[in-house]
Amino acid sequence: MQEQKTPRLVMEGITKEFPGVKALSNVSFQLFPGEVHSLMGENGAGKSTLIKVLTGVYSNDEGTVKLEGSPIHVANPLEAQDLGISTVYQEVNLCSNLSVVENIFIGRQIMKKGRIDWKEMKSRAEEVLARLNLTIDVTKLLSSYSVAIQQMVAIGRALNVSARVLILDEPTSSLDTDEVNQLFGVIRKLKDEGLAIVFISHFLDQIYEISDRITVLRNGELVGEYMTKDLPRIELVSKMIGKELDAVSSNRDEVAKKERGEVLLEVEQLARKGSVEPFNLDLHKGEIVGLAGLLGSGRTELARLLFGADKADSGEIKINGSKTKLNIPKQAISKGIAFCSEDRKAEGIIPDLTIRENIILAMQGINGVFNYIPKKRQIEIADEYIKLLNINPRNPEQLIKNLSGGNQQKVMLARWLITNPELLILDEPTRGIDIGAKAEIMKLMISLSKDGMSILFISSELEEVLRTCNKIVVMRDREKVSEIDNGKQVTQQDIMKQMAGGVV
Amino acid sequence: MAKSKLFWPIMVLVFILVFNLFFDPSFFTVEIRNGRFTGSLIDILNRGAPLMLISIGMTLVIATKGIDLGVGSVIAMSGAVGAMTVTGSPEGSLTPLFLAIVLALGVSVLTGVWNGVLVSRIGVQPIVATLILMVAGRGVAQLITNGQITTVYYEPYKFIGGGYLLMLPLSIFIVAFVFLIALYLTRKTSIGLFIESVGANPSASRLSGINSKNIILMVYMFSGLCAGIGGLILSSNVASADGNNAGLWYELDAILAVVIGGTSLMGGRFFLTGTIIGALIIQSLTTTIYSIGVPAETNLVVKAVVVLIVCLLQSPEFRNKVFGAFTRKGIKDTKDKGVTLS
Ligand SMILES: Nc1ncnc2c1ncn2[C@@H]1O[C@H](COP(=O)(O)OP(=O)(O)OP(=O)(O)O)[C@@H](O)[C@H]1O
Ligand SMILES: [Mg+2]
Repeated sequence: MQEQKTPRLVMEGITKEFPGVKALSNVSFQLFPGEVHSLMGENGAGKSTLIKVLTGVYSNDEGTVKLEGSPIHVANPLEAQDLGISTVYQEVNLCSNLSVVENIFIGRQIMKKGRIDWKEMKSRAEEVLARLNLTIDVTKLLSSYSVAIQQMVAIGRALNVSARVLILDEPTSSLDTDEVNQLFGVIRKLKDEGLAIVFISHFLDQIYEISDRITVLRNGELVGEYMTKDLPRIELVSKMIGKELDAVSSNRDEVAKKERGEVLLEVEQLARKGSVEPFNLDLHKGEIVGLAGLLGSGRTELARLLFGADKADSGEIKINGSKTKLNIPKQAISKGIAFCSEDRKAEGIIPDLTIRENIILAMQGINGVFNYIPKKRQIEIADEYIKLLNINPRNPEQLIKNLSGGNQQKVMLARWLITNPELLILDEPTRGIDIGAKAEIMKLMISLSKDGMSILFISSELEEVLRTCNKIVVMRDREKVSEIDNGKQVTQQDIMKQMAGGVV
Repeated sequence: MAKSKLFWPIMVLVFILVFNLFFDPSFFTVEIRNGRFTGSLIDILNRGAPLMLISIGMTLVIATKGIDLGVGSVIAMSGAVGAMTVTGSPEGSLTPLFLAIVLALGVSVLTGVWNGVLVSRIGVQPIVATLILMVAGRGVAQLITNGQITTVYYEPYKFIGGGYLLMLPLSIFIVAFVFLIALYLTRKTSIGLFIESVGANPSASRLSGINSKNIILMVYMFSGLCAGIGGLILSSNVASADGNNAGLWYELDAILAVVIGGTSLMGGRFFLTGTIIGALIIQSLTTTIYSIGVPAETNLVVKAVVVLIVCLLQSPEFRNKVFGAFTRKGIKDTKDKGVTLS
């Protein structure tokens, strides 16, 4: 039935080359009204690039784009918006120091007699957000809202113009289950209104739940287009990675019963006003402890206290039995702690620097100013981790801002792995990472812990947590609510109950 | 990358120099007179020395996403301290000279500490913090000199800016020395990496264990030191101290030199060699304007036009529009960031 409709959008023979990288070669893509079409592929497969070609961020070297049958040449994103192609990019680019209204209308303010018509803008903003089932005070600063709401505002901003095509590049990577459901409700509604929607995500469950059709890319080439209902998951995965996925085969009981070393970290009554209530924790050598909880439950805040990124008001931290003050990250790092932040753009990458420089940064921070790692050694280190984590492109001198989101994330991991920490704190380390690489990272975590490294693993993906952790600490409302020893009998349901407060 | 960044500035510099050839066929001639190399090129290097020095310091400050508006005033202060220390000193002894150098540079580094502390510890915005010094520093310089032009008769003092070594002006060696030190520190130690990472993403740098406060403090101190040396050279050149006018507008020339050299005011990557070329462009412009007899009043306008041209040439988008009209492919990659804010 859908096949008979005329496609709203057709991209044909798209080729895009960056210096040294062929990001897309001869890719075709079509999109029908009233459908959700997923773009799938590994990190660096070219998904975001295809989107950016469509919206005029990049110009394509070859190929044509047709919107409702007529060829279009989009020179820049504003033109794309005027044509009804609305996009929420992978890296959300909102201004958190402006109000919600301002964010929604930035660059296309509504004018009345040469002045900005605030009243009209406010009511229009409320209207748009209402379409997303969101009623918030739009005059407040964006930064006063949670990431999830900010994400919705980004979508609202995209929807603002009379949209015909809506593109969502990894919109769910920082949302929790409830919020994803809420977003899906909105997507379904928009789809019923006849919008054509492109959806990108690395979560298979979400892909299968929301999309009607899937296009798979691999290394910048088109693998094929499939109806979701006709494509079993296993097949999708092997199409994406070009081989069978070798899953993390971890015997959970074995993980749970794994021999634990001595105590590495003792946390007693650690607290910071407004972010973490008094918190206790013991962490053994070679142990992986999962930190579960909803967004805003205080997981990241706790991690930041343990790393000295924020200062604790009270409480005590002991490392290897001796009391320690952690007031700045440098102190924590010198004590063998590493912290890979969840916010890769704001707190992770140094955009203007190369992969190599980004990888050695923390290590060089430890070495200090005069103990400069010779460039040759830097390249060796970078090459080693590029290989280990399968970072793409392989060239250590590539600027990190030119990497795909998932590959940037891998560089962040590399930055901390080379410091060979005793305690590795990972805050949503698999965000934006494709399923093949996710499995690799899980495996890596388990093998590092076997070598004695302790890992504090914050993740919203309970499956990952259950698969790797010896112990799971659940937080709710900035407090620890329970500590569960992992084992076969523990289910995702059990943990979710704790996270939500007993009612699920 | 660095090479392509340097291409346009070098072209402009070459153009300005060749342009001079039409008015003065002997422009490129370097002669030996009285056992010294002389000629317009040497002259440009010599006169450009203070600007090159100050621009080197400014480059590092700008790389941390800061700016140092105080350098002009530091020039005045350093010159004032130096000159006042040696006035009336007996010719025979070199002690007053060394004392003057130590005191002048000490004061200059202190101003850097002041700026650096305001910016890194107290969190004052760089433009505000250094603006305070820009105003206050000149006031201090005027106080030191009693608001008058103080003339120095002590001969050794004139050596700093007017002396010769190996047949070349001493100031050229001073610049070369400072430049090489800066290159060494930023290439062979991790200071360069830290400066760039602090400038490009301060919170990520902090989380990577880099003490950004000390890095910031250090670049302002270095900038102060560079301005101090420049101030000594300038004051020694004219054998006097002028609290009112010495170093006036130098901060703006230095910022221009840095920008022409390819370092972005947004912080991050910096290009010391580019800065030197930028400073030379500005100096040769000034020299050219005087030597071909353009009325002095138009000096600033001509300068502004040339700077504008260099900046436009450096923008890939502009080059595309102008030169790329014939080629089919466009480089739009620079638009990457403008997505939501354009
Ligand atoms: N501006 C750029 N300059 C150079 N190379 C680039 C640039 N942008 C993207 N690339 C390269 O193009 C390839 C495709 O990147 P793209 O961002 O489209 O991947 P993706 O499929 O979205 O991956 P992810 O799932 O990690 O987001 C990558 O190899 C990337 O390094
Ligand atoms: Mg992407």
